[in-house]
Amino acid sequence: MKTPLYGEHVRAGAKIVDFHGWDMPLQYSGIVEEHHAVRTRAGLFDLSHMGRVWITGPDRKAFLNRVLTVDAGVMKHGRCRYAFFLTERGTVVDDLLVYEDTARDRALLVVNASNREKDLDWMGRHATGFQVRIEDATSRMSLIAVQGPSSVNTLKRSLDIAPGDMKYYTFTECPILDTNQAILSRTGYTGEDGFEIFVPAERASAVWNAILRRSASDGLVPVGLGARDTLRTEAAMPLYGQEIDESTTPLEAGLDFAVALDKPDFIGRAALQTQRKDGVSKKLVGFHMAGKRIPRHGMDAFAEGVKTGIVTSGTFSPSLSRPIGMAHVRPEHAAVGTALEIDIRGRREPATIVPLPFYRKSK
Amino acid sequence: MIRPSEAKYSETHEWVIVSKKGEATIGITDYAVKQLSDIVHLELPKAGESLEQGTPFGEVESVKTVADLVSPVNGKIIAVNKEVLENPDILHEEPYEDGWLIKVKLAEKSELDSLMNAKEYQEFIESAEEAVEEKEDGPSQKGSKDDDEDIDEDDFV
Repeated sequence: MKTPLYGEHVRAGAKIVDFHGWDMPLQYSGIVEEHHAVRTRAGLFDLSHMGRVWITGPDRKAFLNRVLTVDAGVMKHGRCRYAFFLTERGTVVDDLLVYEDTARDRALLVVNASNREKDLDWMGRHATGFQVRIEDATSRMSLIAVQGPSSVNTLKRSLDIAPGDMKYYTFTECPILDTNQAILSRTGYTGEDGFEIFVPAERASAVWNAILRRSASDGLVPVGLGARDTLRTEAAMPLYGQEIDESTTPLEAGLDFAVALDKPDFIGRAALQTQRKDGVSKKLVGFHMAGKRIPRHGMDAFAEGVKTGIVTSGTFSPSLSRPIGMAHVRPEHAAVGTALEIDIRGRREPATIVPLPFYRKSK
Repeated sequence: MIRPSEAKYSETHEWVIVSKKGEATIGITDYAVKQLSDIVHLELPKAGESLEQGTPFGEVESVKTVADLVSPVNGKIIAVNKEVLENPDILHEEPYEDGWLIKVKLAEKSELDSLMNAKEYQEFIESAEEAVEEKEDGPSQKGSKDDDEDIDEDDFV
């Protein structure tokens, strides 16, 4: 599959990779350069591969409360919330953003590209008995992100909108170029200030090029999936299939903030209540390598000479100029300062557990 | 980038230039550097160690992936490039000059005829890229440095 912006990526000379069935830009100028642009100026991302699903109907809120870990009943209009779909065992089916659009009596769910079909099927099965409509709008809408400290200025200059007063994790409908059907949210996956823009697919190229052309002088560059991964790793934001999956609960991944155990019953709640009482069997930690070799997803982690867990994500951190990683380890080995060893292709390399996130933007 | 005509090239994208005294200088090609992109670390052996043709002698780590360095010759290492170890960025600028990796005293049985000349190497790259495009119906990162660790789609969100 190709997003409506595929042609722009090819014209820009991007290196294209297959990402869960989508031909997506891995990088344009280079991962490290794109990473620094987002940390210091601004970057432009095509996220049109991500699943976007509208939920409507009289039982919308009751249905969402059944499938989400956050309380849809109390969400105010214009709010975005990070949430999970869970299995009955409390493990993660997917992580997603929920946009509560009370004014139009609908909610927008933004799910992982890799899980879109699974999520649609899963929601469909759990919609029995609810008067609710689940509508996949992924191909009709494009999703473009502007991320970085100069995002507000970038949008002002390139699209003539002034989103500086928007609160983090809110959204608004606003006219963009010649479309009235755009949604703008102050959200992102980079650890920087930034915005995500939903526009009709046929307007995607116009918006993309307007931002790119009018903001290049501010140092804005297009950014591919490679830097998206280094940025989110530094910010310790979880990636489905690595930090979270159907063998990991949000409590084990340290994502309790997105789980409201005291809200009306939801799928997976009982299992999480039990786990909260009994304790978790693994914890997500971050670590620095002492040396220069780079830990990667799936490598074994050792503590006190025994295997304690598995690396979920590892990369070279462009902001810290060193290799970093996250791992699931046994709770007794999860304290900050604990010495770990990572088995990198047969050689155990020393590492130390550090607080997460690795990177925090300056206020 | 113009590839040196006096060099020989391997299918795993190393180059080797042999001096009259039988000393070989070994590095990786501009094509390998471009495919790996964002090279941040090199693991190289020490002087005095022996190399075996076709066998890994080190590794090159980029932000996204890692690849083995495979020796194009048999011999004993006589020098390691400390500058490129400290600053792998040199590889992006000068893979055939300041970006050399190791110098090797060739063993008697070193067989360089199995390696490609610059023209043959260019043809090798082109046919490899065409094969990838046919297979994947589009340009791709895959088939870059070696098949040790392809780009993993699960690395990204």
